[in-house]
Amino acid sequence: MMIAVVALARVRNLFAVIVLFGLYSFLTATVMVALDAVDVAMTEAAVGAGISTVLLLAALRLCHSEEEKPVHKPWLPLAVTIGTGLVLVYGTWDLPPFSDPEAPIHTHVAPRYLEDGPRETGVPNVVTAVLASYRGFDTLGETTVVFTAAIGVIALLGRRRHVRRGKQ
Amino acid sequence: MKNDMILRVVGKLFIPFILLFALYVQFHGDFGPGGGFQAGAIVAAAMVFYAMIYGLSTARRVLPDWLVESMIAAGLLLYLGVGFAGLYAGGNFLDYFVLDADPVEGQHRGIFWIELGVAITVCGVLLKIYYLFAQRGQDR
Repeated sequence: MMIAVVALARVRNLFAVIVLFGLYSFLTATVMVALDAVDVAMTEAAVGAGISTVLLLAALRLCHSEEEKPVHKPWLPLAVTIGTGLVLVYGTWDLPPFSDPEAPIHTHVAPRYLEDGPRETGVPNVVTAVLASYRGFDTLGETTVVFTAAIGVIALLGRRRHVRRGKQ
Repeated sequence: MKNDMILRVVGKLFIPFILLFALYVQFHGDFGPGGGFQAGAIVAAAMVFYAMIYGLSTARRVLPDWLVESMIAAGLLLYLGVGFAGLYAGGNFLDYFVLDADPVEGQHRGIFWIELGVAITVCGVLLKIYYLFAQRGQDR
């Protein structure tokens, strides 16, 4: 993954960048599998590596395939990025250690979902039970977000088509 | 890419299996990994694959624009419909326990329908965005 990230930053050919993005997404998916989050890994592989790569390629057809040299010096953005990164790393010091069973996230509602979920919903996959049943409102909100995003894209890209058709 | 023999043959072989896998992910989501979002993304990926090999106009004959656009809204309406079905049956909004005499069976039924709604919306959205982008490329 490190190699992919360094190459992403160095390469100037946008086609290679898109392919590297796909590669990076697949590597992220394997990390998700290693963390036992198969549902997330599946989404990452299908959306991150598959469809967004295709969309980026379609966008690439509309512009140049070589990245322009940056106009500004990179030092100010670099300093801001490193500063933000350091603050975030400082923030992780207060987090409980990884896979600590006493961490608040494991003692709040998670035990109830794990113990009563299969009995109450009859669904063996706890991820589905939480997503669709216990957190049904959240999933409804997510679907609405996806819907709204699509409406936005249609309003932005679809309208031009009609204007052009009207002129002809 | 339209005239590439290898791609056409491999695509013809693979697309049915991709769609079958999407159905498996959709309806087996209760038991294994997967669910509506993943299944919708896989169906959209299969259709994008099809459009890339056989051309955008062919894909648009298979799934026309009006159908894709109505899928975006239909999925969300199906989800909301399940919520109101819970209200109608005497429970709260998005309450699945009341959808069947047996509460666990009701949960199964509710989850089945909302996952289907999510899948339809996600598939429609991804396909519509792809259609719009690919079409802009062809206009030039």
